[in-house]
Amino acid sequence: MPHLPTPRGPLSAAVLALLRNVPGSVTCAGAAVHPDVSAIADPLSDDDLHLALYCCYELHYRGFDGVDERWEWDPALLTLRARLEAVFARGLDDALAGWRAPAADAATMDLALRAIADADEAPSLSRHLETRGTLEQYREFLVHRSAYQLKEADPHSWAIGRLWGPPKAALVEVQADEYGGGDPARVHAELFARTLTALGVDEAYGAYLDLLPGVTLATVNLMSFFGLHRRHRGRIVGHLALFEMTSSIPNRRYATGLRRLGVDHPDAVAFFDEHVTADAVHENIAAVDLAGGLVRQEPELAGDVLYGARALVELDGRWAAALLEAWEREGTALLRAPLAVGA
Amino acid sequence: MTTPVTRITPYRDGPLLIRGPFTITDQDGRDIETHQGTVALCRCGRSARKPFCDGTHKVVGFRAASAAQWES
Repeated sequence: MPHLPTPRGPLSAAVLALLRNVPGSVTCAGAAVHPDVSAIADPLSDDDLHLALYCCYELHYRGFDGVDERWEWDPALLTLRARLEAVFARGLDDALAGWRAPAADAATMDLALRAIADADEAPSLSRHLETRGTLEQYREFLVHRSAYQLKEADPHSWAIGRLWGPPKAALVEVQADEYGGGDPARVHAELFARTLTALGVDEAYGAYLDLLPGVTLATVNLMSFFGLHRRHRGRIVGHLALFEMTSSIPNRRYATGLRRLGVDHPDAVAFFDEHVTADAVHENIAAVDLAGGLVRQEPELAGDVLYGARALVELDGRWAAALLEAWEREGTALLRAPLAVGA
Repeated sequence: MTTPVTRITPYRDGPLLIRGPFTITDQDGRDIETHQGTVALCRCGRSARKPFCDGTHKVVGFRAASAAQWES
């Protein structure tokens, strides 16, 4: 079980102070759960805000060593989380304010999602790693991705119980594959852990939380935020669809780049190789059967599906840009450098 | 209980998905290994992992309807 991270500012300090306390001991009206959020300059990448949110959400996944599990549903914690989520949500709305969603109905949802993917002009991290990335940059890339990949698929699984009929069957079809189709060794998060080990990176869940910047944690908080709220079921579905639609080609590049660097141990490349063919299957199911299927049942969710997809493009683009900019100046996008591999 | 059927679905501008019981063998009768219950077979001809789809159809702008086409 991961350890609690070190606070980075007043927001993460507020969350971590709660978690060291006894559940039920803090009132919802108290100052402890109403910290000042006016100082947040960028709600899509603020280091303090996103560590705070990440810790709130982590209570729903694996929890933290020494933290009372009842905090997950403690009203004071949820009051604080809602305050942080409101800032994040407003930041997303502001970032997407100039975006016009493509017209779409159930039968054309795949086309509209593809239009969002095709309009993505963010710099390509996968092209860089394929052709020029160093082993050290690969390791940093894996450390960033570990925030999600060690719980790969889990944020989208929250939606299963909120769907019914064809889109539910489609989501389960994708998720069953993500979880190894009954074989624990083929669970995608497990394949990723073996990749970390093969490249000399600590595979322990949460090992690098203190190193991860807000721009990285925001990409995971986006999924948890959409996944944990039933009212955002359209958004988490759109997120998954676009995630799958933009996965197979980058993963092929990641594997090619590793082999270029002479890394061809099966454990090092299996995760990426698996995702090339797996996501070539998933993308069709997610776009047509899941996203299209949901909008066929609930046409009013079309806008939410596309919003979730566009929000993914927005945050992943910012994350990729942060890494590429750091590497351009031969630095790191992690909060602490150099990365102590395996430490 | 109904007998499980094998269902093949051409996805718009994408691969053929196969669901249900199936085996894939090459022309010499050797099994082609699959790890997944559902597989995607290349329809654009440009995959580097034939017979499986690797997503290349998006790069090359492959276009094909999902429904049957009798004339192009």
